[in-house]
Amino acid sequence: MFNDSLPTFWSIWVAVITLLVIFGCLWLIWIVRKSEPYKEETEETMGHSFDGIEEYDNPLPRWWYFKFLGTIVFGLGYLALYPGLGNFQGLLGWTSTKQYEEEVAAAEVRYGPVFAAFADQPVEVLASDPEALEVGGRLYSNNCAVCHGSGGKGAYGFPNLTDDDWLYGGSVEKIRESLNVGRVANMPAWQATLGDAGIEETSHYVVSLSGRAHDETLAAKGEQHYQTYCAACHMPNGEGMHALGAPNLTDDVWLYKQPNLTVIESVKLTLRHGRQGVMPAQLPRLGEDKVHLLTAYVYSLSQAN
Amino acid sequence: MSDRIETVEIDDAGERLAHRATPAYQTHEGVYTRGVSGFFQNIRLYAGFFLLGLYFLLPWLNWGDRQLIWFDLPSRQFHIFAATFWPQDLMLLSWLLIICAFGLFFVTVFGGRVWCGFTCPQTVWTQIFMWAERFTEGERHTRIKLDKQPMSVGKARKKIAKHTIWFGVAWATGFTFVAYFIPARELVIDHWTGQASTGAYLWIGLFTLATYVNAGYMREKVCIHMCPYARFQSVMFDQDTLTVAYDYNRGEPRGHRKRDAEATHQGDCIDCGLCVQVCPTGIDIRDGLQYECIQCALCIDACDSVMDKMNTERGLVRYATEHELNGGTTHWLRPRLLGYGAAMAIMVVAFGYAITHRSPLDANIKRDRGALFHETKSGAIENTYTLTVFNKTSFNEVYEVNLAGRPGAKLIGPETLELAPGQTKVAVYQIQMDPDLIIQSRLPVEFLIEPAKEPAHTLSVESTFIGPDRWN
Repeated sequence: MFNDSLPTFWSIWVAVITLLVIFGCLWLIWIVRKSEPYKEETEETMGHSFDGIEEYDNPLPRWWYFKFLGTIVFGLGYLALYPGLGNFQGLLGWTSTKQYEEEVAAAEVRYGPVFAAFADQPVEVLASDPEALEVGGRLYSNNCAVCHGSGGKGAYGFPNLTDDDWLYGGSVEKIRESLNVGRVANMPAWQATLGDAGIEETSHYVVSLSGRAHDETLAAKGEQHYQTYCAACHMPNGEGMHALGAPNLTDDVWLYKQPNLTVIESVKLTLRHGRQGVMPAQLPRLGEDKVHLLTAYVYSLSQAN
Repeated sequence: MSDRIETVEIDDAGERLAHRATPAYQTHEGVYTRGVSGFFQNIRLYAGFFLLGLYFLLPWLNWGDRQLIWFDLPSRQFHIFAATFWPQDLMLLSWLLIICAFGLFFVTVFGGRVWCGFTCPQTVWTQIFMWAERFTEGERHTRIKLDKQPMSVGKARKKIAKHTIWFGVAWATGFTFVAYFIPARELVIDHWTGQASTGAYLWIGLFTLATYVNAGYMREKVCIHMCPYARFQSVMFDQDTLTVAYDYNRGEPRGHRKRDAEATHQGDCIDCGLCVQVCPTGIDIRDGLQYECIQCALCIDACDSVMDKMNTERGLVRYATEHELNGGTTHWLRPRLLGYGAAMAIMVVAFGYAITHRSPLDANIKRDRGALFHETKSGAIENTYTLTVFNKTSFNEVYEVNLAGRPGAKLIGPETLELAPGQTKVAVYQIQMDPDLIIQSRLPVEFLIEPAKEPAHTLSVESTFIGPDRWN
């Protein structure tokens, strides 16, 4: 945890002022009570009159006086039990973090069994179990949909989960691995190495792999760059490599195709500046049972087609 | 303390004392009401029994396999006769309350505080408690005497009897109240066998205590000091409003006289004080209209009985308008009354329409916020939507989902949704459009949700389709 305590001086500063105000109030109430000339209700006035309206010089009603004292006792009691006096943590040891953690633990106890009930069934079975998919679908909506979309169709920079094209492999075990530990993709920037001409040539070769319109001469030059720099990850035939998450360049799926640019212009941008795709690890956040259900749900998305 | 300078009286304190009629911390003197019978007391009695009967009886009636009136808070459903209301129908509740408020205004402009005197729960329960008081401790003068006596076996017996009845009524009230929220037939067994929830016991206890204190001790103090309605209704009175009033011209000068005596210089009021003794708020109606007066008309019955004995015409204290008392004519049909009436009539009709034409479903559409749109392999533009459909009926229903008013747009997702009663279903849809059709970056789209059994209640929900700004 981070350190959120005050420097000693300011801690004392806060505590002293707080206590001063409370005891100041106590002193004020007591001194006023003591100086009241009448203990009972009388006909004495304060001595001034406005438009015939006069103010009686009566003591503070007793119930009111005791209510004041009560608030002071409450205040001191509160400051003794809960954090409030500078760095003093209170006798109860309460913190908002602890309260949050307790609530999370309580929710875990309550809802854990819902997820645990599916834990011993294989993913392939769960992927066709409507109840499991409903629970998994809700987990997906809460944890995945913000990037991959409610329907799993992805978005610019976020892979589509409903097709059969997988960066890291679409088997149950690979999906589970992606969810458990997350993924970090690293496409280096080639501007410095290739220069403007090299980028132009390489991009024509890359789009030629999927049969798009290209310039033959440029593509021929580009192939040399490709085999030198790109083939190590994207493989010599351009089919990509699941181990590194290097995309297949021979199909028509473009993760970083910008909506206002053509495919070839988007490829140039990627070549120039590189790409860093990150999928966060879900196991530490969600635990094994929920990841198991999510694996089944994501697997079912690609099986539907 | 001892060295305080002695105060010197320099003006006439006695005179100011006289002005100060009510001391700052007054101890309230109890109101001992006297029993009375008569026309208005009968109306109150029957109205009270009718309302109490309804209150105590309703939780025991069933509609089909559920309670007739059941506010089921855990599942957020209000069952009232055949209808079931959901949180989405909150608007109807607020309209109902507004109509009730207008009803109150209308009645008040016409007949003063009829609500307070005859139907307010505070009045009805106080009446029951006062009846218990009379039944166990006797009439007004007996009670005053009893309270001044030292404690004795006889006094203790009467007091215990009174409090037993009070507590019994209070408990029945508390139990019945909770029975509107937890089915009465389960609650009555569970709460005797100790199996009801802590919440149920807590609420029964709270309402028992509240009824006991309210109707037993607070009584008129609630009306005088706490009730907001008592305070603002004076703005609704006008000179043509019927109020319980003492006919000043006829009664004054008041004074004792013999029966049938030709009292030339005296009014009809014999100053017997009966109207004061019966008053539940402890006022004297002969002082004119006062905000404490709840217009229960007990003083009318009391005075009428005296007038009968004196062989004088009834109605010295009666329902009368200010115009009438001053010898003028009362204008019954006045703009204020007609206005309230018209407003109420319009709202009642609109409310009836809203209730009978309530939509049997609720639907709501959310466009995915994570991405503006995505492209398919074929280059089409796709937006993702989450549709939530809620079945408010009591039967299984199938909903057909269609897209309207966007030619060339393709809807991808389940064509029909089947929902159990009270079920909420969430489904994901995509709208796919050819880039050529996207004439502007934001296009309105409309989803039609058509219930198979009630196609007339097809619901339309609107959203937006977002496409690229520039397209090469």
